[in-house]
Amino acid sequence: MSDRHFLEVENLVKHFPIYSRGVLFKKQVGIIHAVDGVSFSIDKGTTFGLVGESGCGKTSTARSILYLDPPTSGRIFMDGEEISEIFISKNKNKILKLRRKMQYVFQNPYASLDPRMTVADIVMEPFMIHKHIPKNEWHDKLYELLELVGLEDYHAERYPHEFSGGQRQRICIARALAVEPQLLIADEPVASLDVSVRAQILNLLRDLQRKLDMTYLYISHDLSTVRHICHRVAVMYLGNFVEIADTDDLFDSPLHPYTQALIAAIPVPDPEVAKKGRSALPGEVPSPINPPKGCRFEPRCIYAKEYRCIEKNPQLIDVGNGHLVACERSR
Amino acid sequence: MTTKEILKIENLKTYFNTWAGIVKAVDGINLDVKEGETLGLVGESGSGKSVTALSILGIVPRPGKIIDGRILFKGENLLEKTESELQKVRGKEIGYIFQDPATSLNPVLSVANQLTEVIIRHQNVTKREALEKAIELFKLVEIPDPELKIWNFPHQLSGGMKQRMAVARALSCQPSLLLADEPTTNLDVTIQAQILQLMKTLKEKLSMAMILITHDMGVVAEVADRITVIYAGRVCETADTRTIFYKPRHPYTVALLTAVPSLALRKEELAVIPGAIPNLIDPPSGCRFHPRCKYAKAACAKEIPPLKEIEPGHFVACIRASELDIKSPLGV
Repeated sequence: MSDRHFLEVENLVKHFPIYSRGVLFKKQVGIIHAVDGVSFSIDKGTTFGLVGESGCGKTSTARSILYLDPPTSGRIFMDGEEISEIFISKNKNKILKLRRKMQYVFQNPYASLDPRMTVADIVMEPFMIHKHIPKNEWHDKLYELLELVGLEDYHAERYPHEFSGGQRQRICIARALAVEPQLLIADEPVASLDVSVRAQILNLLRDLQRKLDMTYLYISHDLSTVRHICHRVAVMYLGNFVEIADTDDLFDSPLHPYTQALIAAIPVPDPEVAKKGRSALPGEVPSPINPPKGCRFEPRCIYAKEYRCIEKNPQLIDVGNGHLVACERSR
Repeated sequence: MTTKEILKIENLKTYFNTWAGIVKAVDGINLDVKEGETLGLVGESGSGKSVTALSILGIVPRPGKIIDGRILFKGENLLEKTESELQKVRGKEIGYIFQDPATSLNPVLSVANQLTEVIIRHQNVTKREALEKAIELFKLVEIPDPELKIWNFPHQLSGGMKQRMAVARALSCQPSLLLADEPTTNLDVTIQAQILQLMKTLKEKLSMAMILITHDMGVVAEVADRITVIYAGRVCETADTRTIFYKPRHPYTVALLTAVPSLALRKEELAVIPGAIPNLIDPPSGCRFHPRCKYAKAACAKEIPPLKEIEPGHFVACIRASELDIKSPLGV
């Protein structure tokens, strides 16, 4: 375990049981394999991107790391501490201390703010819970935070419905920053925003990282924003990582057929290129209840028949320069 | 132009009379669609894209009201038609694909039920014939096992399948105009590519015109023949796709193009359009983009810029359009 890894996740598994209907004869009838053994590490002060289609387990991974949904198995280290042990110990003080280090910015700023609280209440609520600054400094800190995320002082007394989507997301970021976290998990923070506002929020996140030396886990299905903000990217498919690489490496020379298909599917805002058409990946993501036995991408993969992909799920292999890929073809 | 216009909207104004004031959602929009052509209607949320589409069909929700303008569809003004006349146009002549397939399908009716409803309504067929037609449509939109899938309920279908079903429903009576309101916004990129490709091939097969409403410049670049950019209820610029991307004249069009994170151009800092979309109850005077425009001068706040044709087929609503030398981020 090297010191520079801020967050280290080993073999994280998150399964959700499915029960049959009824109370008396309720029994487990299946398992959703949301996350099936992912390992990765994030260096301090960098941004790690998690990309994949909806339902591939991106959000489940993030929620498991924060213990919002406790993982089924796996080990998570933050700053050298094993956080799963702390959560299992149920030591309230320790858990609270740990929670201060990691914060979450949710996907939908319309649903993640309490409509009956003013901005001041929302941003100061963490002070009340964590008591990390004395009460007489709360208001100074509040205005400091609002300024940091680009809001005005007079916004503090307003309610969430008075703000636009972009401004709401700024409030969410201010709330997350209130406890001075070291790890910020941003779950599709710009997915529900307009293009012109999207750029504002992405630039804000990048500036904050430089100013406060924070570590980000950035979740998105939009590869073009990932390219802008991330240092390292993992591509996820049906609960598995299929490829992890540095951003430029991943976009310039993607190795896994799924990554290649994802990059090819991005719409290009240039009619010269776009009119040639995109190569659409056929089919849809299989059900995570009964994932394919072998390589999970095999049913949609154009190369699958050339190799023996049906029997074994390939593991991530380093092909040099920290570029990891899970595909039989790259062996 | 030799080709005929299938739809022409002149000075359309749709206002919403709310307790807070009159929301001028659409405030004098002019646009036209030619036969067999795809028009991309681009703008941010709240710019009046969807309200324009709803106005065409005459289904603006209350308290919205069309207060002025003309909507000419095949030469007839839709605004002068009675409700029962309009019902013969809706679904039959003009198909509509709503933004969110999850909410635009009825959850308690099977897919077969919802598809045959449209067919029976507009065509003189029996239930059985309608069902056969529905299965044909399912084959057309490339849904696997159409005979089985047609008996599913919407919740049993994935997002992509639901959108295919919505496409099938919109095409069921072979309309001559298809309105697609953000048909791919809620879908994953790989599914998005599938649906767009499907719509492109179907459009050619059935030779219909289409209005594609979107905020995604990447999507219009791929599908549209011409593009109309609207901002805060007014048209900024109309031109063919190449002109919009390579030789835009309106500052807002350029700003939109610059703000899109692109894979090809990795910039240190994303260009930002400062500020937010204006409040449409009390919109800025003059040009509505002027508070956010970096080229704005005093006159921009005073007079409403008219939509002027600066080149054949290239309309711009900016008083400085001819003097400004703005470059497209894509370069020429």
